[in-house]
Amino acid sequence: MNWEVVIGLEIHAQLSTQSKLFSGAPIGFGAEPNTQTALVDLGMPGALPVFNKEALRMAVMFGHAVNAEIGMTSVFARKNYFYPDLPKGYQTSQMDHPIVGKGYLDVTLDDGTTSRVGITRAHLEEDAGKSLHEDFQGMTGIDLNRSSTPLLEIVSEPDIRSAKEAVAYVKMIHSIVTYLGICDGNMAEGSMRCDVNISLRPKGQQEYGTRTEIKNVNSFRFIEKAIYTEIERQADILEDGGRITQETRLYDPEKNETRSMRSKEDANDYRYFPCPDLLPVVLTQEYVDQIKTTLPELPSQKAARFQSEHSLSEYDAAVLSSSREMADYFESANDIVKDAKLTANWVMGELSKLLNQAQLEIAHSPVNAKAFGELLQRIKDNTINGKTAKDVFQLMWEGEGSADDIIEAKGLKQVTDTGAIEAMIQTILDANSAQVEQYRAAEPDKQKKMIGFFVGQVMKASQGKANPGIVNPILAKMLKG
Amino acid sequence: MFQQNISSLAQQLRNKELSSVELTRAFLDRIAQIDGQLNSFITVSEHTALEQAAAADKILSEGKGSSLTGIPIAHKDLFCTQDILTTSGSKMLHNFVPPYESTVTQRLAEAGTVMLGKTNMDEFAMGSSNENSFFGAVKNPWNLDKVPGGSSGGSAAAVAAGLVVAATGTDTGGSIRQPASFCGITGLKPTYGRVSRFGMIAYASSLDQAGPMAKSAEDCAHIMQSIAGFDEKDSTSSENKTDNYLNSLNTPLTGLKIGLPKEYFGEGLDADVAKVIMDAVAEFEKLGATVKEISLPNLQLSIPSYYVIAPSEASSNLSRFDGVRFGHRCDDAKDLLDMYTRTRAEGFGAEVQKRIMVGTYALSEGYYDAYYLKAQRIRRLIKQDFVAALDEVDVIMGPVAPTTAFGLGSKTNDPVAMYLEDIYTLSANLAGIPAMSVPAGFADNMPVGLHIMGNYFAEAKLLNVAHQFQQHTDWHLQSPAMIKGAQE
Repeated sequence: MNWEVVIGLEIHAQLSTQSKLFSGAPIGFGAEPNTQTALVDLGMPGALPVFNKEALRMAVMFGHAVNAEIGMTSVFARKNYFYPDLPKGYQTSQMDHPIVGKGYLDVTLDDGTTSRVGITRAHLEEDAGKSLHEDFQGMTGIDLNRSSTPLLEIVSEPDIRSAKEAVAYVKMIHSIVTYLGICDGNMAEGSMRCDVNISLRPKGQQEYGTRTEIKNVNSFRFIEKAIYTEIERQADILEDGGRITQETRLYDPEKNETRSMRSKEDANDYRYFPCPDLLPVVLTQEYVDQIKTTLPELPSQKAARFQSEHSLSEYDAAVLSSSREMADYFESANDIVKDAKLTANWVMGELSKLLNQAQLEIAHSPVNAKAFGELLQRIKDNTINGKTAKDVFQLMWEGEGSADDIIEAKGLKQVTDTGAIEAMIQTILDANSAQVEQYRAAEPDKQKKMIGFFVGQVMKASQGKANPGIVNPILAKMLKG
Repeated sequence: MFQQNISSLAQQLRNKELSSVELTRAFLDRIAQIDGQLNSFITVSEHTALEQAAAADKILSEGKGSSLTGIPIAHKDLFCTQDILTTSGSKMLHNFVPPYESTVTQRLAEAGTVMLGKTNMDEFAMGSSNENSFFGAVKNPWNLDKVPGGSSGGSAAAVAAGLVVAATGTDTGGSIRQPASFCGITGLKPTYGRVSRFGMIAYASSLDQAGPMAKSAEDCAHIMQSIAGFDEKDSTSSENKTDNYLNSLNTPLTGLKIGLPKEYFGEGLDADVAKVIMDAVAEFEKLGATVKEISLPNLQLSIPSYYVIAPSEASSNLSRFDGVRFGHRCDDAKDLLDMYTRTRAEGFGAEVQKRIMVGTYALSEGYYDAYYLKAQRIRRLIKQDFVAALDEVDVIMGPVAPTTAFGLGSKTNDPVAMYLEDIYTLSANLAGIPAMSVPAGFADNMPVGLHIMGNYFAEAKLLNVAHQFQQHTDWHLQSPAMIKGAQE
């Protein structure tokens, strides 16, 4: 049968606040266990939560960025369950009145098509601590440093119809939260975690099938693989006439399979009710509007501007705007070069290649945007050609100095003197008289292919310094005889 | 010495007729001598008390300090006190020594009070008789066969027996006022949010409120001066400016409009108690007040509403007592579930377990709307009743409890009768308004408290009304025979 996959995503983004959602304790990755905790994070008797207004501001920013209704009155609720790393016996979250209501995102896929994914809601909640199962002689260690760290849980509508679309959506959320500066987006450290809800239905059917939820998938690649794996598993069951059990599953990247964690019957009754220790959060229109004015240019807006202002293709614009750092790098370099196509090609080509090889983020590139722009400028003004520029860039990467220093020191400046070039060509034509004869006897479209040999000889003789823009017309003329 | 009020003691301390160390020593001796009969203390912190007294004497000798400097008091054992055992009357916390201080005790310590110890209470403040304490029942100083009321029964008994000058209590459904009434002392439950809840071990967070328990309205005003006011550590504490609670005590009551809710005088109210209340109201008329009958039509619904909301919140608040980080943990747990279930079965007493189960049930899926949400709707109706009534009158008066203190053990097997004890007090917590119990006479040789309720943040008005009554009556000056025998 022809199945249609239906996917909805819940993304937990850890907000980059200085302190916790309900206490003044600092937030930092990798600190000694239980050193970043206040009384309320430890669930001490009589300790009370105080809401961090910075988390509120960040949540409202996100709401604006996804075209969402802002909850003018949002209410914290307690989600009650017992777990050793949940010190109060409840998680403070939002249930009926989230801070961010309905919104949407337009997601662009690799093939250039765009689809709209609805956002059901986004709410603030506190994270739990961590249970450590190793090194405790059969006991469990509890680290409450993460307890009460602020999370924004972003819930999508079941609007997604493929693994690729799911990944594109998560990447878009990732770029929005990092653009806004409200989340560091570090999936390896768990700053962004993703739960995937998947069901299948026969193509054309209206009702949704029974879904499963895959918990905590922590990279773009795993999201895609987990979805493919789960689609296959569900399709196998359905095609054998079986039924899908509604359950929570875990993705194992090593075995590339999902397996059952708990079924719906085992699910907790969380007994949500409004948290009596926290007042409802009531916003003024003025506050909400003011935050809107602080929003930076978002990825989709930036991509549109790159197309209109710099005449970049939709694809180039999307790639360059996918991260704020890359977009900033591109723009800074292009301010010097003033040739967007050239700059775009080099950022997406040579720079990205070296960054990938070195496994570096663009923010940590050894060649900064200004130095990079100065290099490209030397291509543009014909001081060096593109091939030489790659060598120069490699040397810059290795810390040999600026583009101009390297060109000067290595004598890489292009030869643009037409007299010198004519003399060089004449020498080559004399040394290769047989090839010249063949060339002159050939059909014009064959000649076009044969001219490459002579160009190569000229470049070799000039050690790459002859300007091809000057060589080509002179060579063509002299070959004609 | 043991029956003097704060102003008088403060004056003697300031005039060096008495040192705080002498005063503290005397009270500690008296606790040692008498409390064996009452069981009003869980912890007597003699060492700390004498240190604080010496510090207070030093401050006083420099001519500094407040009217509370050097005054010996005690705290209900649910206020966290740094480095001093804090049990909330439970086996669950029989070994819990907090590394932090509640705002109420902090503020009173900063005012210079001397803490003699921590008073007994119903476990986690759940009870109306103080029979639910892991540390044993408290006896009523007026009659050792009777209960002192609850849940702040230890504080009430200690004040009535002259073991402390004043004490703190907390009131979730009447836990300051009912024991104050049963023990013949003055107690104030402030407006919800007037006093910080930080460091108070929570029973029902939307209802809990701390307040003073003392021998007179004036003494309560002294305590309020110190504890009232916004606290950034409690998001539900009010930023409203506090009044000066001492300045308006002597305002005459001419023209005061008193409302008597007819629902407070119906079936179930003991006739002798009713007579005491009506005599007290007549006293106010002599002072120039006018009286009118009013109605609080949803009063009867306060019991079902309270007994859904309070246990619901409690079921969640008490989840943190899981044996993982502090307090009681069962021995030899086989696994996590075994640790949870045995820790909680062993650590919590019967009443607490009952309320956790009631609350868990009321919040569970499929029952939430029928119980919790409906109870919240009733709560709004009750609040509206008070708002409407207090539009017409300045204060509302009635009995605090339907009877005087009942016999120890007489209601322990009848939970409904026990819950009905709170019929007159619960509604002030549900509405969040301030309310007092003021000694107004005796019925069958046991004290009767007059209930005075007022508008939001009208604590100064309530204290003024009570103080004027106490200027013209001497009910609050009566002391139990066990005191007289031991006195001076």
